[in-house]
This record gives sequence, C-alpha cells and structure tokens, in this order.
Amino acid sequence: MYEQDVAVYDSRRIVPANAHTSPTTERPLVRRTLILVAVAFMALTLVLPLVLVFVEAFRKGADTYFAAFADRHSQTAIALTLTVAAIAVPLNLVFGVAAAWCVAKYEFWGKSFLTTLIDLPFSVSPVVSGMVYVLLFGAQSVLGPWLRSMGIEIIFAVPGIVLATIFVTFPFIARELIPLMQAQGSTDEEAALSLGATGWQTFWRVTLPNIKWGLLYGVLLCNARAMGEFGAVSVVSGHIRGRTTTMPLDIEILYNEYNFAAAFAVASLLALLALVTLLIKTILEVRFGAELAGTRRH
Amino acid sequence: MKTAPRLLAAGALVAALGLATAITARAADQTLLNVSYDPTRELYAQFNEAFARHWKDTTGNTVTIEQSHGGSGKQAQAVIDGLAADVVTLALEGDINAIAEKSGLIDENWRAELPNKSTPYTSTIVFLVRKGNPKAIAAWGDLIEDGVEVITPNPKTSGGARWNYLAAWAWASKANAGDEQKTVDFIKALYGNVPVLDTGARGSTVTFAQKELGDVLLAWENEAFLVLDEFGAGDFDIVYPSSSILAEPPVAIVDKNVEARGTAAVAKAYLDYLYSPEGQTLAAANHYRPSDPAGVTDPALIAAFPAIDLISIDDPLFGGWKTAQPKHFGDGGIFDQIYTPAQ
Repeated sequence: MYEQDVAVYDSRRIVPANAHTSPTTERPLVRRTLILVAVAFMALTLVLPLVLVFVEAFRKGADTYFAAFADRHSQTAIALTLTVAAIAVPLNLVFGVAAAWCVAKYEFWGKSFLTTLIDLPFSVSPVVSGMVYVLLFGAQSVLGPWLRSMGIEIIFAVPGIVLATIFVTFPFIARELIPLMQAQGSTDEEAALSLGATGWQTFWRVTLPNIKWGLLYGVLLCNARAMGEFGAVSVVSGHIRGRTTTMPLDIEILYNEYNFAAAFAVASLLALLALVTLLIKTILEVRFGAELAGTRRH
Repeated sequence: MKTAPRLLAAGALVAALGLATAITARAADQTLLNVSYDPTRELYAQFNEAFARHWKDTTGNTVTIEQSHGGSGKQAQAVIDGLAADVVTLALEGDINAIAEKSGLIDENWRAELPNKSTPYTSTIVFLVRKGNPKAIAAWGDLIEDGVEVITPNPKTSGGARWNYLAAWAWASKANAGDEQKTVDFIKALYGNVPVLDTGARGSTVTFAQKELGDVLLAWENEAFLVLDEFGAGDFDIVYPSSSILAEPPVAIVDKNVEARGTAAVAKAYLDYLYSPEGQTLAAANHYRPSDPAGVTDPALIAAFPAIDLISIDDPLFGGWKTAQPKHFGDGGIFDQIYTPAQ
C-alpha cells in the first residue's frame, strides 16, 4: 500500500503544467487536518473570547447593558478615549507621512538607525513607554519642578495620556507607508517637478493620491490601537475617575468593583469599535485590492 | 484630496480647543482629589456624596470629590511622582511616610494632626470560607492542615497581604509562647498551603470568589462582607479567629498640594468629617470599625462587629512598622527566607 501511495504521489509531479493540479503537494488528509487545526486554534483564541465578551455583557439583560453607558464615569471615559484618539491619530498622520517620506525618498547617513527608531515603540513594552514619561515629566524628574512652577500638568493628566498614546501608536502609519513609497520610487514626483510643479503641488497631486489607501489603512490601525491602549496609559493616568480614565482603564475599574456586567458592556463597545475598524479595512481591501497590494502585510 | 487632510487638521484643532475649555471649566469649580487604596471604593463613593451635601449645607459652596484607587504602595508612588492628591487615604502608615520622606509634600508629623493617630476607622483580618465551612476552619492553627488551600496575596506587593501575614504571626507567636523559630515554622507551613499569590487584595478576592479556588480567603473584614453582598451570602461564611491584627489605615492632607491649589480648608473639613457621627456611621455601614463607636447613630452596626483580641502593629511583638517592615518583608527578610513558590 505504501509503495502504491508513493507511486501516485510521484506520478503527480510529471503531469504537464497546464493540467489541473493542486498548488500544494500535500495529500488531502494532511491539508484538511492543517486547516482544521488552524481554524480550531483561531476559534479558541480569537473568536470565542470575543463572543464571551458580548455574552457576559448581556448576561443581566439589555437594560443593565445600556445602563452601563448611562453612568457618568463611563461616559467621560468614552469621551476621553475619543478625544485622545482625535489628537493622537492626526498628529501621527503628519509624523508618519513625514517620516515615511524621509526614509523612502531620500538617502542619508543614519537612515537605517532612523528606521529602527521608528520601530522602537513596537519592541518596547507599553509599560516602559509610560514609565519613560513619568521619569521625564514626573515630580521627581529634572523637568518636574519647573513644570510645576509653570502650572503645567502633563503626567496624571490628559496631556500625558495623549503623549503616551502617540508614542505607542507612532509606528503604525510610518510602517504602513515606507514599503509602499519605496516600491513606488520617486519617478512620478520627478516627472511632476520636471513639468514645473512646486513641491507642495507634487505632494498633494502626485504623492498623496499614490499613497492614499495605504495611508487610510495605517490610520485605521493607528486609531484602533490608540483607543485600546492600556499599559502605557495606565502608568501615566493616575486613575482619577471621571477625569483621566480612558475606556480600557474604566473597564479595569468596573471589573475591580465586581461590576462585571458594566465592565463587559464597556469592553463590548471597545471590541465593537475594533470590529468596525476591521470591517472598513476589509471593505477597502475588497474594493481596492490592487492598489492596496503593496501594503497587504497584516 | 485637498480637503481630507484639512478636515483632519481642523478636527484635531477643535478637539484640542474643546479639551482646553473643558479643563478650565473644571478648574473653576472646587474639586478635591482623594488618592486611596483598593478596598475603599464603596466607602468613599458614599462618603463623598455625604460630604458634598454637608459642605453645601454649611458653606454654600460646591465641591466635587474625585477618586483614584489602586494598590496602596503604587498610589503612594504616584503621589510622589506628581499625582496632585489633596488627601491620601492609604492602607499603611509606611506609604504615607514614604510620601513625606521622598517628596516632602506631607508634613513629617502628619500622624498627630488628626484624632486617633490619623486613623478614622480600623479593620481586621478574618477568614472567608465556602458555605457550611466544609474544611471546618475555625482558628489560625487549622490553616496549616494538609489539604487546606489558603488564598492570600503577596506581602511583597500588597498592603492587605502584610496584615494577613502579621495577623498569623501574632497568633502563632502567642500560641508558641514567643518562640520565634516555631512561629517562623508556622508561617512557612501556612504559605506552603497557598496555591497562588495574587499581587493585590482584590485579585485574591476574585480568585477565591469568582474563580472558586482555595478553601479559605484571608481577607479584610470589610472585603469579606462585600463578597457576601456582591456574590451572594448563600455561598460563603465569615469565620472570626480568636485573635487577629488591628489594621489602621491612616489618612493625611497633602500639605504642599492643598497650598498650591487653595484647597486647604475643604481638605481639612473632608478628613474631619470622617470623624463625625455621619462619617463614622458610613464607615461602620461599610464594615470598617469606627474609631469613635459612640458617635455611630445605629447601634446595630456596632453590634455586628464581634469582639476579638486585636493586636496592634505598635505592640512590642512587632515594634511598629519601622521595625516590622524590614524584618518581615524587606529583601532577604523572613518572608523571603520562608517562601518558595508551590510546585
């Protein structure tokens, strides 16, 4: 039996290329097992927890679910989360485009170092990112007493939360654009310049249309992380309820108060925001697949 | 494509401006920030409402009290790093001392500023067991029996856990007529029965009550009652050991912060109100033992606290926090020597 199998297996390799063959050479049983394992793993680690969030949120009924959002502290947490994202994402949009432009269009000394630096927030633990700001702006830091005398609050206030969020979400847009811009090269821009366009005209009319889908993609990812960030924000927040708690921090507080239904209700809203982001991303991919090809790495 | 980035930029500007106005609008009201530890959430939620009413009635002014809760040591560090607390209500005297020493924000003699060594309410450590007490746990000695799983947080990271440890130590020291080696052996056997050391008291409570791990939870008295309220009295029983520790969570005004913010008067009134009959009654209703029981308006609340032998940290057995902390919980201290994680 074994030899016969081998013979069948071998015979497949000599069929002409235009005949219908499977792109892989694994046997169907192996293939199905692999697919099953992958799907089961995904269901167990990704889908099930997400479903459970919603099950827990609605455990005590829809009334309790919606009552969670009537709470004043939860409302300010939602507002703060949206405010932080509304500041951090546009700033990272500007930084991201500028950084990607630098790296992709110019050759300069220290470029690889800059690229590594852009990736730093990915490799550093978010807790460390938060601690860095405490060390930099905290009352015991060099800057602390001066900031205090000027009446400027950074740590344990909204500016600190925004800074920490910007730090953590910095690479998303730049990382999305760098490979895309590198692949596109600078020939389009050179053509525009040689036809007499100014620098700004070239950017608005040539570069931006070329990268718009990759940019949108990066903004979506950046936004999802900005709203969901816990570790770095937790360190710099001070956990003042109704003032410096974002949605992820509010979820932790509600959970610690044994208010599980409300904790999962807010968690479900956060999950929903992430799902909407994913949905938009998928729609973009389906509709503009070809243009997005250069950035399809996630 | 010209408009999209402009819209985004305009949006960011509007958001930033909105934020700035929101912050200044809040600054016009008088606010007070109370930085506290984990188990006091429910107490201060009620007390803050009562105090805001009292302040309005007596002065006509409006005060909004903001709360920040977390592990006691972590909260003290946040105040040191610049969290602008007006008052701190923490689990351990040592945490407030740390703020006074490291940042100078609190006067060194803070313990003398308010009655009863600046401790408006006290608490103690009790046992929480499963309904019907299936393992028949009645005394500290029962905790080292084979097959008894004890849930308590890590005394290296949790203030509450240190009280648990010291309560066990106080009983064992007395039971062994002061023989320190036998006391250490008891503590070692006790922590040998701990399957998991959470980092904080709330974590341990969730481990015991929600994840249903272990046979007995060493808990704050108020935390044990809270579990009965939150998870249902039908699943748990509270067991009072013959002796336990007198836990004294102190309060203090953060002097430099109230000076800078102009909140000295309202901060002082806030802490004083904790000692008023209303404050003491609220403390008792939240299962904290009032420091002035005579003021409590409902005698049934006082009757609910069984009289057990409570040993203070200032007892010669411990010699105060300044001696007990390094001896038991410092690096290389007794806890480090006896504890090896369960396999």
